[in-house]
Amino acid sequence: MNAVLEQIFQVGFLAAIVRIATPLTLATLGEMISERSGVLNLGIEGIMLISAMTGFMGAYYSGDLWVGIVVAALTGAVFAALHATLTVLLGVSQHVCGIGITLLCTGLAYFFFRLSFTDSSHPATVQSFETIPIPGLASIPVLGPALFNQFALTYLTALLVPVMAYALYRTPWGLNLRMAGENPRAADAAGVNVMATRFLAVTLGGALMGIAGAFLTMAQFNTFTFGVISGRGWIAIALVVFGRWDPWRCAGAALLFACVDALQLRLQAAGVSHIPYEAFLALPFVFTIVAMAFMSRDAAAPPALLRPFRKEER
Amino acid sequence: MVRLQLRHDVSPALNFALPLAAVVFTLVLCSSLIRIAGASVVDAYGVMLSAAFGDTYAITETLVRATPMIFTGLAVAVAFRAKFWNIGAEGQLLSGAVLSCMVGAINMPGGIAIALMFVAGFAGGAVTALIPAVLRLKFKVDDVVSSLLLNSVVLYGLMALIEGPWKDSLSGYPISPPIQDSANFPVFIEGTRLHLGVLAAFIAAPIVWFVIARTVFGFKIRATGENPEAARFGGIDTRRVIFTTALLSGGLAGLAGVCQVGGVHYQVMAEISPGYGYSGIVIAMLARLNPLGVVPAAIFLSAVMVGADAMSRATGVPAFIGQVVQGVAMISMLVALLLTQYRVQFRKAAT
Repeated sequence: MNAVLEQIFQVGFLAAIVRIATPLTLATLGEMISERSGVLNLGIEGIMLISAMTGFMGAYYSGDLWVGIVVAALTGAVFAALHATLTVLLGVSQHVCGIGITLLCTGLAYFFFRLSFTDSSHPATVQSFETIPIPGLASIPVLGPALFNQFALTYLTALLVPVMAYALYRTPWGLNLRMAGENPRAADAAGVNVMATRFLAVTLGGALMGIAGAFLTMAQFNTFTFGVISGRGWIAIALVVFGRWDPWRCAGAALLFACVDALQLRLQAAGVSHIPYEAFLALPFVFTIVAMAFMSRDAAAPPALLRPFRKEER
Repeated sequence: MVRLQLRHDVSPALNFALPLAAVVFTLVLCSSLIRIAGASVVDAYGVMLSAAFGDTYAITETLVRATPMIFTGLAVAVAFRAKFWNIGAEGQLLSGAVLSCMVGAINMPGGIAIALMFVAGFAGGAVTALIPAVLRLKFKVDDVVSSLLLNSVVLYGLMALIEGPWKDSLSGYPISPPIQDSANFPVFIEGTRLHLGVLAAFIAAPIVWFVIARTVFGFKIRATGENPEAARFGGIDTRRVIFTTALLSGGLAGLAGVCQVGGVHYQVMAEISPGYGYSGIVIAMLARLNPLGVVPAAIFLSAVMVGADAMSRATGVPAFIGQVVQGVAMISMLVALLLTQYRVQFRKAAT
């Protein structure tokens, strides 16, 4: 047990939690905003993967990491827009379409990566993002180096949480978005363009998922591998439920999961655990399923989630 | 502004033509990928076709690969018919594989071992599918998300087994001990892998069709899926129907795992299913949830996979094109289905 406690109170450990939480928070917020408008996006796993790939390629060929981030955001937005076209404009079944998007994106990502880098024995790498210490704050003992010596994207993600909470709860745009997900018929009667609102929310969510994917290939790691996402998209789906469709709670859920994940990695490295590490990996999924069972009674999910909106049908 | 108008009479020709159009559209779209990869489209599809159907061995390989997908396709078709959104065929397949491997490792006469493997695999899949069903019925938990998340839980469970108690202590490979030789499925044609499970899949499809289309239980499934309120009003216990459908659906997906263990790998490893559970969703959609349509749909996807592997070796086009085909086929089929139900009209937004 001492070994466990020693591991927890280390700067490196706290920093790792924040680092692991960053892409999860981005992806979770992206999925949340989509679901808040009434559209479940199961394409997230594939969208993150293909954006991780295109972002990496963008950075690799341009030599500029931020070009990669922009490319990844655009890629995410494009495939999310495809999901939105099918589910919002045409109203096809959201979960089936989402799985289709994931299959398509996964296939495309692997296909084009293999096409561009045929030699798999020498993986291409980029010089990944470096951490930026915030002057002053970074010198606070323990917390400083852990929280204030992070990647620029991590700071931006931390800023995004209050921004999104404000936008969602305090702006007309956010009100429309929530109405589209809660009662599209009423929103329509109030003059909200439900389809446009949903389309935009899904697309914006896709851009965030894209950046989340790119963070993995350009900050957390420095190369693209086929297993780079390995279920993080599904975890984000779980975290949205666990975070009860609220930006703050979603970010909290991502941090909590990152904490478990970092601990799991440490224990695995230290070899002190008698519990198989897979148990820790499965934990967030089990946790979410159990949490859903307890939460569902007070209906936190947007009521119109999964329901296509067709103006002429009553 | 796009408007959708419900079609009141769907012509049978349209019903048949649109899925076909979806497949053609998929192949046309993917030929552009082949072009991008710098190969000749005609050559590439030629290689694919001959690798999938060129000789007896090729055909048997296509059928062997189609087998787990027939089962997962049936699993999804049955579940979706009742509007039980089972996205968890992947996990149910893995559960079935693990349990059948455990049974297959026990020393007993071959015939009994194989029969028990089928029973154990069916039970494993059924119990796994029961979790999202019970969660939905008792706790109103969304079955899409719970069944999807369970896939990861089962996969990690399997990983823990093969990297823990099952790990090969000599080689250190994360694989289970092999099943007994006597439990290996008999092969019908010498020199191929055409095993007992293939026959089982081809028998299962018409049986499932019969159950859905011609029995009282099948009627209840369809009624529950199409209009649960009317079904309840008509005296159908829809909760019970969902429960039984989940058992049947999960069990069928479990059988896909049994076939992989008994007929192909003879043991369990992490790669036992390259996403056959998710392919099942594609197949069920292509088959328009008709169990008989599942067979050709599964053979189509299997041929694409077998063909893509060969095409990759011959022309250098990455084999991942097979996955692209799955994704595009599914999406275009969704659109095709929509077009059979609705007429799309483009007009200016009326404000």
